[in-house]
Amino acid sequence: MYVFKLIFKNAMRHRLRTFLTILGIAVAIMSFGLLRTVVAAWHAGVTQAAPDRLITRSRISITFTLPIAQKEKIEQVPGVEEVTFGTWFGGYFKDPKDFFANFAVPGSQYFNLYPEFLVEPDVLETFDRERNAAIIGAGLAERFGWEVGDAVTLTGMIYPGEWGFVIRGIYEGRDETTDDQQFLFNWDYVDQRMLEEAPMRAGQVGWWVIRIDDPAKAARISKEIDALFDNSADETLTETEAAFQQSFVAMAGTIVFSLQVISIMVIGIILLVAANTMAMTARERISEYAVLKTLGFGGGHIMGLVAGESVLIACLGGGIGLILMIPLLNGVGAALQQWFPAFPIDPMTYPQAALATIAVGILAAVFPVWRAMRVSIVDGLRRVG
Amino acid sequence: MSNPVVEVHNVSKMYHRDRVEIPVLNDLSLSVPDGEFVALMGPSGSGKTTLLNLIAGIDRPDKGTVTVARTDLSGLNESDMAKWRSRHVGFIFQFYNLLPVLTAFGNVELPLLLTKLSKKEREERVKTALDLVGLGDRMDHYPRQLSGGQEQRVAIARAVITDPTILVADEPTGDLDKQSAEQILDLLDGLNQQLQKTIVMVTHDPRAAERAHVQRHLDKGELT
Repeated sequence: MYVFKLIFKNAMRHRLRTFLTILGIAVAIMSFGLLRTVVAAWHAGVTQAAPDRLITRSRISITFTLPIAQKEKIEQVPGVEEVTFGTWFGGYFKDPKDFFANFAVPGSQYFNLYPEFLVEPDVLETFDRERNAAIIGAGLAERFGWEVGDAVTLTGMIYPGEWGFVIRGIYEGRDETTDDQQFLFNWDYVDQRMLEEAPMRAGQVGWWVIRIDDPAKAARISKEIDALFDNSADETLTETEAAFQQSFVAMAGTIVFSLQVISIMVIGIILLVAANTMAMTARERISEYAVLKTLGFGGGHIMGLVAGESVLIACLGGGIGLILMIPLLNGVGAALQQWFPAFPIDPMTYPQAALATIAVGILAAVFPVWRAMRVSIVDGLRRVG
Repeated sequence: MSNPVVEVHNVSKMYHRDRVEIPVLNDLSLSVPDGEFVALMGPSGSGKTTLLNLIAGIDRPDKGTVTVARTDLSGLNESDMAKWRSRHVGFIFQFYNLLPVLTAFGNVELPLLLTKLSKKEREERVKTALDLVGLGDRMDHYPRQLSGGQEQRVAIARAVITDPTILVADEPTGDLDKQSAEQILDLLDGLNQQLQKTIVMVTHDPRAAERAHVQRHLDKGELT
C-alpha cells in the first residue's frame, strides 16, 4: 500500500507533465480504437456475408448488366435453391453528396434471400402490389426523417430522370451489424420505363444472388454457373458473397492497409511520449534512487517504483481513452453512416487497447529502470545540491 | 569503548576519469572503537568522503579490507550489502536527501519498510525518533515546509530509526546556518553520549570537528 502511495505521489510531482502525458496516451488510445473500428467497418460486409449466398456478376465488371433470361438457367444448376437479383440504381435525394445505396429488386422475393432484413408480411404484400413502392432501412429512415407513406423522389444518374416512390415499409436489421441504410424498390418500375425510353436497357439486372443448399458446394456450383455462360455475350463471374464483398474491400486495400499501419504507429508514438516522460523522470530522480539504495532498498524496489509509475501513467491515459472511446466511436459512426452502414465496435478493440496501454507502460520504463539500477550510489549522490 | 566497530586495513582506492587514474586513498588504515565520535577532516579531494563511503558500504576499495560491525564488507555481494547497510548503517547527508513527496513521518518511516515491523510498531518508532529530534509536532510536514535545520533533523531521525550500529555523516552542517548547525551537532553529541552511537563524521568545519572525541586529518589519501 505504501509503495502504491509513493508511486502515485511520484507520478503527480510534475502535474502538468503527467497530465499532458496522460492526455496524449488517452488521445492515442482513442485514435487506435477509431482506426481499428474503421478497418473493421470496411470488412463488415465480408464478415456479415452469408456462407450459403453466391453472387454472380458480369465477368467484365460489376458495372455491366446481365440479361434477366439467365435466371432460369441458373435455377437449373444442382444445389441452387433460390435465385434473386439486384440492380444498382444510383439515384440520389436532392443532394448527390448524400449517398445511400438504392437497388431495384424483384419485389418481396428478394427478402427470401435476406432473412437479416426484418419486414412485416403485410408490407411485403403491398410492396408487390404497388409498382412504385419502396422499402427502406430503419437507419436510412432515421437519417432522412422518412416515414411510411412519405413520397420520395430520387434523381437517377444511371437511369436518368426523376423517379417518384412511396415508402411502404421500413425494415429493421436482425443484427447490430446488418446494413439498414438501403433503399429497395421494384425492378419492374425501372424496367417498364426502360422499355418505353431505352429498350436496349430493358430486361437487364445488375447481379444475381443465389442461395445454395450447402456452403461446401460453393466452388462447384460457382464453376457450373459460370460454365453456363462461357463464350456468350454475357459471361459471368460467380463467387461467394464474402469474396464478392472482399473484392470491394480490396479496391480500397491500400487505404485499409495504411489505416492498419497508422493504428500501430499511434501505439509507437504514445510509447515515445511515455518513454520521454519516464526518461526525464528517472534522470531527475537519480539522486533519490541513490538515497533509497543507500537505505537498503534493492534493485527490485527501484524497478517497481519506476515501472510502477510508468504503468500507472499509461493506465490512467489508457483508461480515460477507453472510456471516451465509446462516445467517440458512436459519434463517428453516426457521422459516417452513409459510408459505413455498419460501424460496429469490435469487442477485441478493448482488450487490445488495454494490452497496448500496459505494454506501453512497461516498455516506456525499460530504459529509465536500466539507468536507475545501473547508476552507482556514489555517482547518484554526487548529483545532489 | 575499546572494541573497534570499524577497521579499515591497508585500503587503496583509485578513481578513473576517462583514461586517467586518480588515486584517492593510499594504503590507509583506520580503527574506530565502539561508541566513538570521530571527525574526518581534510581539504577537498583528500579522500575523506571516499573513506566514509567505504565504511558505509556504498563503495568498495581497490585494495585492502573494510570490516564494520564484525562484517568484512568485501565478502558481500550487492544484495547482501544493501541488507547489511539497512541493519547497521545510518546515513546523514549534507543536503538531507529527504524524498520531497513524503512527509517527515514518511521519510523517517522509509528504512522501517525493509523490516518486518507492523504498521503500528513502525508508527510508534517514527514518533519516538521524531520526538528525539524535537520534531514531534512536524511529522505531517513535507520537506518544503521545513527549514534546512529541521530537514536535517528529520534526516537524523531517519538515520537512527533502525537503531544502526554506526552513524555516518557527510558534512551534516555544511548547508546550515550557525544556529542550526549547533543544534545538529548537539543532537549528534547527544546520540553519542546518551545512546552510545558510534559516529564517523566528515566535515570541513573546525567547530563541528571540535564536538567529536577524535579528529583525524586526511591529506592526499593518507591519514596524517
